[in-house]
Amino acid sequence: MIESIGIKYIWLVPLAPLLAFILITFLFKRFKLLSALTAIFSMVVSLILTLDILRVILTGHEITMNTPVEMAVPWLNMNGLYIEMGALIDPLTAGMLFVVTFISLLIMIYSVGYMHGDPGFSRFFSYLALFVFSMLGLVIANNYFQMFVFWELVGLSSYLLIGFYFYKDSAAQANKKAFITNRVADFGFMIGVIILFLYFGTFNFLELAEGISASSDLAFLTLAGILVFIGPIGKSGQFPLHVWLPDAMEGPTPVSALIHAATMVAAGVFLLARGFILFVSAPATITFIAYLGGFTAFFAATIAITQRDFKRILAFSTLSQLGYMVMAIGLGSLTAGMFHLTTHAFFKALMFLCAGSVIHALHKQDIFEMGGVFKKMKITGTTMIIGGLAIAGIPPFAGFWSKDEILLVAKTNGFTLLYVLASVTAFLTAFYMFRLIFLAFFGEKRSDYHAHESPLTMTIPLMILAVFSIFGGLIGAPFVEHGFSSYVYFGEAHHPQPDYMVMGSSTLIAAAGIFLAWLVYIKKAISAEKIANQFAPLYKFLYNKWYIDEIYQWFFNKVVLSISALLNWCDRNIVDGIAHGIAWVIRTTGAKGRYIHTGSLQTYGLVIFAAVVVIVLFLAGPVVGGVQ
Amino acid sequence: MELHVIAFWLIAFVTLGSALAVVFLTNIVHSALALILTFLGIAGLYLTLNADFLAAVQVLVYAGAVSILIVFGIMLITRGDGRMADTNIFGKYKYTAAIVITAFLGVLSHYIIKTPWQMGTAALSENTMGDIAELLFSDYVIPFELAAILLTVAMVGAIVIAREVKNPK
Amino acid sequence: MITLNHYLLLSAILFCIGLYGALSKKNAIAILICIELMLNAVNINLVAFTKFLTPGDLTGQIFAIFVIVVAACEIAVGLAIIIAIYRDRSSVDVENLDWLKW
Repeated sequence: MIESIGIKYIWLVPLAPLLAFILITFLFKRFKLLSALTAIFSMVVSLILTLDILRVILTGHEITMNTPVEMAVPWLNMNGLYIEMGALIDPLTAGMLFVVTFISLLIMIYSVGYMHGDPGFSRFFSYLALFVFSMLGLVIANNYFQMFVFWELVGLSSYLLIGFYFYKDSAAQANKKAFITNRVADFGFMIGVIILFLYFGTFNFLELAEGISASSDLAFLTLAGILVFIGPIGKSGQFPLHVWLPDAMEGPTPVSALIHAATMVAAGVFLLARGFILFVSAPATITFIAYLGGFTAFFAATIAITQRDFKRILAFSTLSQLGYMVMAIGLGSLTAGMFHLTTHAFFKALMFLCAGSVIHALHKQDIFEMGGVFKKMKITGTTMIIGGLAIAGIPPFAGFWSKDEILLVAKTNGFTLLYVLASVTAFLTAFYMFRLIFLAFFGEKRSDYHAHESPLTMTIPLMILAVFSIFGGLIGAPFVEHGFSSYVYFGEAHHPQPDYMVMGSSTLIAAAGIFLAWLVYIKKAISAEKIANQFAPLYKFLYNKWYIDEIYQWFFNKVVLSISALLNWCDRNIVDGIAHGIAWVIRTTGAKGRYIHTGSLQTYGLVIFAAVVVIVLFLAGPVVGGVQ
Repeated sequence: MELHVIAFWLIAFVTLGSALAVVFLTNIVHSALALILTFLGIAGLYLTLNADFLAAVQVLVYAGAVSILIVFGIMLITRGDGRMADTNIFGKYKYTAAIVITAFLGVLSHYIIKTPWQMGTAALSENTMGDIAELLFSDYVIPFELAAILLTVAMVGAIVIAREVKNPK
Repeated sequence: MITLNHYLLLSAILFCIGLYGALSKKNAIAILICIELMLNAVNINLVAFTKFLTPGDLTGQIFAIFVIVVAACEIAVGLAIIIAIYRDRSSVDVENLDWLKW
């Protein structure tokens, strides 16, 4: 047994935030600072334990992807159903735990400044703690059932946080949308988990992995894989269930950062990594995942180039980056997907917190109403540019290495179409991200605002995240020995060979995107309006997000409501008719039958004795024998 | 014909006749008087059945106390409008009840005659009253005491129920 | 020879007369009277059984005594109830007493 406090007390990692949630909700609600400190302290505890686990994994080489440590307690044990609660510790878990606890901690510190003066200050921190608890429970899960439970808890806490300003109609609508969309996806996931259980008789990941590798029932594995994949489609915002993510911007900005970087959307990708064997065992599933991811990446990027809202652009960039991760997993590289998840978590959290900082200062979200913010907010602006460079994939920033690895996998595995699509997406990413930066932070001041740099509690997390966004990618860079890929892998560790062709071209593509953005929005050599007017239908199409929301709206208005109306009619007239009919028969019988009850004892007596005679005659009848 | 056979038929005739009178007379006072005759007839039957103590009890309790109670009851609740002849008339089930009860009597009689009774052969008790006393104070002492309690309770209950309500609210 | 059947038939007839009165009379006191008839019919049965079936012991007669006790109670309470009803309704016609019906 490995001596480690972190592994011994791993259950404390999710429980600390849960405890914080309970304490804040029931005791500390009235003391704002105490609430915040409780939440932050719980995160520190989780982070320390996580770091200890990481230390064991990095130094000991005893825990690898193929030799994980598992511990579990029985939760429900009855005939034919055995469910346990436990922890599965391998480098994947540890890495994910680090990302979640670290970023959550920074976001909580940031929130102290951001939420200052908000009447729901304590409530916000209790929800944050609940959110992190759900996510951590999901990450350490050693079986699908536990994962599903926490998966749903993540959905619940996101519902609470997106609707944090529940008195705003748009927030109430957005959290409903998020919750319902996620429910649709969770349903697929749930069915997938259930049929897996019915087929293999266990929820446990390790036992399932053995069962799946021994199984040759390709049709079943494909079906189960697709069903389970529906869960990540919703949670990780893949097309066509991505619609909730942009609307989730209604929550406070730290929540957006949390959802987009550390929790929630990462859960979907994490599930894909955790259940990887299920997906790779069916070629159809894995190919489907790859193409869906690639398409989502491209699709979201095209929308992002036309949007005007600061946070909304970031939201679509998240969708796009998630598409990358899902595609990487679909291409068969767990390493690349998880690597991108990690780096993305750093720079996306960074950018959202920057957005929060800007919005906090300006009280505006439309980038066309900003301009020149950089002069007022130097730290925020600098860190935002770092984030932009990271997501665009300029070396040596974090995003470059992880995106490069995905491109490399696409190329070496022979998915040329996806390689091209991902490259185009990379170009679009660089363009829209620097469109955002140039419009918001540089150029003329386009509206009346009073900006000032945010307080230290907000800028320090920004700076820490900026450092990670710059150097975080080096853990997985191809020239680093014992990097990310020698810990998180599937099957055998596969050290990526640097491909300078891919590196060079992707850098050039990113640089071209930035250059184009510079031409259009700083130099104004090319008029954005002119292009928009020239391709008006295309622009409108993209601006309206491919009309996906409208299609859903139409679908629900026309199709679902018509079916509902029909079912409603059936319910009212047929089902209710039967029920009312039965009630009517009984009521009428009763109304008529009550006249039998005269209330006269003599009548009753007469009937009794008449009945005695009849019964005696009946019993004495030759058929039944009777008394001789 | 032996004497006790004649006695039985005579007593049976008186008893049943007076019982019919109880039912068919339309003056409630006449019915009550016929009832006394019935009770006396039944006491006579007890005598033919070797139950002298019971016959005495029958005369005392029924022909004496119960009859008096009933007459008092009639006195208390019958209106003094002078039409005593209508005080004990039949209700709506005069004929229906007659049919049902005839059938019931038929069934009863059929099974009385059909049942093969196992006749006892032991000697009859010569000293019924003494034997009854012994039984009552040995084997049946608890029911006997309970009967005493029951009588007390019934008496109190009757008084409570029948007592005039002083302040009806 | 007077057999058990004679007594039983007599008792049955008496019982049925009482029952007939109880079911067909209008006056509540008449019904009470008829119930007394039925109870007496039962007593005849008990005493007759004692004589013909179990001449050795007097259980039937003991039972008859208890029946008489209960009958005395019944008549007392019954009359009290009738009086109470009469005070309320100024009538003892059972066809008007339909409180069992809502």
